[in-house]
Amino acid sequence: MAYYGGMTDSLSDLIACPKCDALHRVPDVDIGAQARCVRCGTVLMAPKDGAMTRIVMLSVTALILMVAAVFFPFLELSVQGLGRKSSVFDAVLAFSDGLMLPLSVAVAALIVVLPVFRFVALIYVFAPMALGWTPAPRAKTVFKLAESVRPWAMAEIFIIGVAVALVKVAGLAQVTLGPAFWAFVGLVIITVLKDNFMCRVTVWQTLNARSPS
Amino acid sequence: MSGDGMANAERAQPVLTARKAGLVGCAECGHVHPKGTPTCSVCGSGLASRDSASLQRVWAWLIAGMVIYIPANVYPMLRTTTFGATQESTIVGGVIDLVDHGSIGVALIVFVASVIIPVSKFIAIAYLALRVQRGKPGTSTHFHLYEFVEFIGRWSMIDVFVVAILSALVQLNFVASINPGIAAVSFALSVAFTMISANSFDPRLIWDAPEGNPV
Repeated sequence: MAYYGGMTDSLSDLIACPKCDALHRVPDVDIGAQARCVRCGTVLMAPKDGAMTRIVMLSVTALILMVAAVFFPFLELSVQGLGRKSSVFDAVLAFSDGLMLPLSVAVAALIVVLPVFRFVALIYVFAPMALGWTPAPRAKTVFKLAESVRPWAMAEIFIIGVAVALVKVAGLAQVTLGPAFWAFVGLVIITVLKDNFMCRVTVWQTLNARSPS
Repeated sequence: MSGDGMANAERAQPVLTARKAGLVGCAECGHVHPKGTPTCSVCGSGLASRDSASLQRVWAWLIAGMVIYIPANVYPMLRTTTFGATQESTIVGGVIDLVDHGSIGVALIVFVASVIIPVSKFIAIAYLALRVQRGKPGTSTHFHLYEFVEFIGRWSMIDVFVVAILSALVQLNFVASINPGIAAVSFALSVAFTMISANSFDPRLIWDAPEGNPV
């Protein structure tokens, strides 16, 4: 871990589990290994080889897929010669009349805006560090925000919603999956991969160690 | 898992927490500071050994979520118009329709996401908050219950997304059209409020022994 010259800053050698407050001495964790809290099992440290580069790559991929997922046709419905294509954008606008408008805004935020915000924020935080530069200005604030919106980015839940909706209309009409559906599935897989690469406490320690104080 | 054995051994011999050591741990990044430090030097978050206002926020959001869950179940979630005839269905009504169509699996997903998860979330959060208020120190079982509630809560949004997708997709004029009902808004709010409630809970309170409890 960090070397503090002649002065032993003992508090920096300690870590308190954010979930249960149990004190631990900062362990030496091998690349690829994990350190878990002795009391509650929360992952405290999980350094991974090239984690930052991978997070940046996956975020960029996810952003590209998101553009495809939003604007290409998502599902196509046909019944008795009538057809209708709809994109994620249409799903967002489904509630856009009158009283339902706030819900439309909320759905847009949950499935598009917040996921996009997270990808952009993570690129902003990790790209300079992956290149070996010092973190970008306000990287800490941006990372904290990105972490706080994490539960609200619901792309993966939207996919399950699509599956349920497909079953519901199956009896009523013929439904075909459009290219955007597969883009969205890819997006969900990449999001899960990326989140698996990120350990919050490790990121904070790296950010702190590399920030000019 | 070998971790279980360790956890049990630790419980027999109380764990030294940052609070017992006279220190404050950051709930965001885990960095340890001397007691009384206002903000974390690493991540800039506000520091509190225990978030003492946490339970008030938990209860406020939880009650709001429970209250608004009532209209979510009473009013229609979907209005389906086929050949001029309009049919309204509530959350439970939609599940029954799915069962009638023979889609038991999907009916189960919707029922679990829209009824079982929200209701058990209300009960679980209230139970955990009451335990903390009565000063009962929790075990890892209580903590895992909290983690589970925090993890599962967002999945209740499924039904709102289903309504959004159906409303966007099924707009075939006279033949068939599906429109959202007012319950979609109430239900979305109920899920959001209980998510905020669970996020407001300071999980460190769950572990505290009575003397370390701020209540």
